[in-house]
Amino acid sequence: MAKEFAVPFHWRRFKERYRLIGSRCDHCEKCFYPARVICPGCRRGGHMKEIKFSGKGKVHSYTIIRVPPEGFREYIPYIIVIVELEEGAKVLSQIVDCEPKDVKIGMRVTSCFRRIRTENETGLVLYGFKFRSV
Amino acid sequence: MNELKPKRGVAIIGIGITKFGEHWNLGLKELAVQAGTKAVEDAGISGEDIQLVVGGNMSSGLFTGQEHEAGLLADYLGLNPIPAIRTEGACSSGGLAMRVGCLAVASGMYNFVAVGGVEKMTDVYGPQATTALSGAMDYETEAYFGATFPGIYALIARRHMHEYGTTRKQLSLIAVKNHRNALHNPYAQYRKKITIGDVEKSMMVADPLRLLDCSPITDGAATVILAPADLARKYTDTPIYVRASAQASDTLSLFSRRSITTLDATVYAAKEAYRQARLSPKDIDFAEVHDCFTIAEICAYEDLGFTEKGKGGKLIEEGETEMGGKIPVNASGGLKAKGHPVGATGIAQIVEIVKQLKGEAEKRQVKNAELGLAHNVGGSGATATVHILSRDR
Repeated sequence: MAKEFAVPFHWRRFKERYRLIGSRCDHCEKCFYPARVICPGCRRGGHMKEIKFSGKGKVHSYTIIRVPPEGFREYIPYIIVIVELEEGAKVLSQIVDCEPKDVKIGMRVTSCFRRIRTENETGLVLYGFKFRSV
Repeated sequence: MNELKPKRGVAIIGIGITKFGEHWNLGLKELAVQAGTKAVEDAGISGEDIQLVVGGNMSSGLFTGQEHEAGLLADYLGLNPIPAIRTEGACSSGGLAMRVGCLAVASGMYNFVAVGGVEKMTDVYGPQATTALSGAMDYETEAYFGATFPGIYALIARRHMHEYGTTRKQLSLIAVKNHRNALHNPYAQYRKKITIGDVEKSMMVADPLRLLDCSPITDGAATVILAPADLARKYTDTPIYVRASAQASDTLSLFSRRSITTLDATVYAAKEAYRQARLSPKDIDFAEVHDCFTIAEICAYEDLGFTEKGKGGKLIEEGETEMGGKIPVNASGGLKAKGHPVGATGIAQIVEIVKQLKGEAEKRQVKNAELGLAHNVGGSGATATVHILSRDR
């Protein structure tokens, strides 16, 4: 992830990345992140509505990135987690304010708003949700 | 899945492969031409006989600047003006090429199809290669947050250890086995024996995965020539028959899956392949599976039905997948030691199975090899293909 894109590439994702908004199917009541137009279970029988996730959940799995992709060198080592949100959907992001040795499966976390990285050429600062321990 | 019936059977009548490794003197087109020429010669046909080229390639654009890979292949193989199609499914691009080639012959539309796979990965530096490969995951929800490919498989490994008690040693045993097998493969990138200690002392890439848990960055190409099963014996005494060609899809992002420790795409593709061949997992004599990371081979054992879910670690620990075991896996050295030129891998697996079935695998020959299975995965499991090959129709 270091190819640099035009501003709309990031702008159109503000809702999902800044406010953790996904979708919920009225028919089967399943929640999805990121938002989907079509419910994979109900297809046209379903009806998707926006949902703002609480940001509360628990760590489902984790890893510590030591060899970074382009654009992330200054942040290593950083912790990547899959979090199972209380609404049932899972998401992937980083854990902050936590030592690599302290992260555990099952740990309770809540989302927070953080910088992801800064692009070199455009100078664009990219933000998004991360998690911290509660 | 619905009951699809092919119009006719498909056979492999020729194979060709380049040495896998770092080829400073060979670019994308030279690699593809080398493997392609060998396969045509092996089949005993001439270029004029070929009616279609299918070329698997993941990301020649990001690795070499060159897109339009299938056009390049037809051009430099001297095959214009026949049609050429590129298939892309990340690391399963080769498996997809094989499948498209099979569909083309089985449908009756084409008789002779050259199915190739190629990837030239070493013309960019490490971080750029990492970035190119990160396109195989969900770019906007995984790569955006700093996930890497080893990182995604590390999430699978950590959860697999948590749910099933899979151990560090079991992961290491996969790497040790595949390196030992590659010692006898002259086309392999790493022909070097390693120990459990070597794996566990190697650099940490994404906990719990270390450098020697990961497949390398590799240049390479492989080609097979397909023909209708009814015509195959005119060209070779030992045609190898395609008994099943199956493929399935799953979510691009790992976190959206039903379970992050099961590759459902593999489960569905395998189920369909066994149905087509009217076989069960215990009928398979040997397999080439997608071990892009050590944990991926353990998941493959389970998802292909070689053992129960959660018991993949035990299978390697009991030696069942070693040469001479119940079901030898990755006799070629696998992606881990043979090398993993992503777009070529799916075809390289087919080449290895053909050699084994023909009894031409020399010192790494699997005994009584009659039914072989090839398993190719794209990304963290959004795409999977399973092919079953045999000496009998």
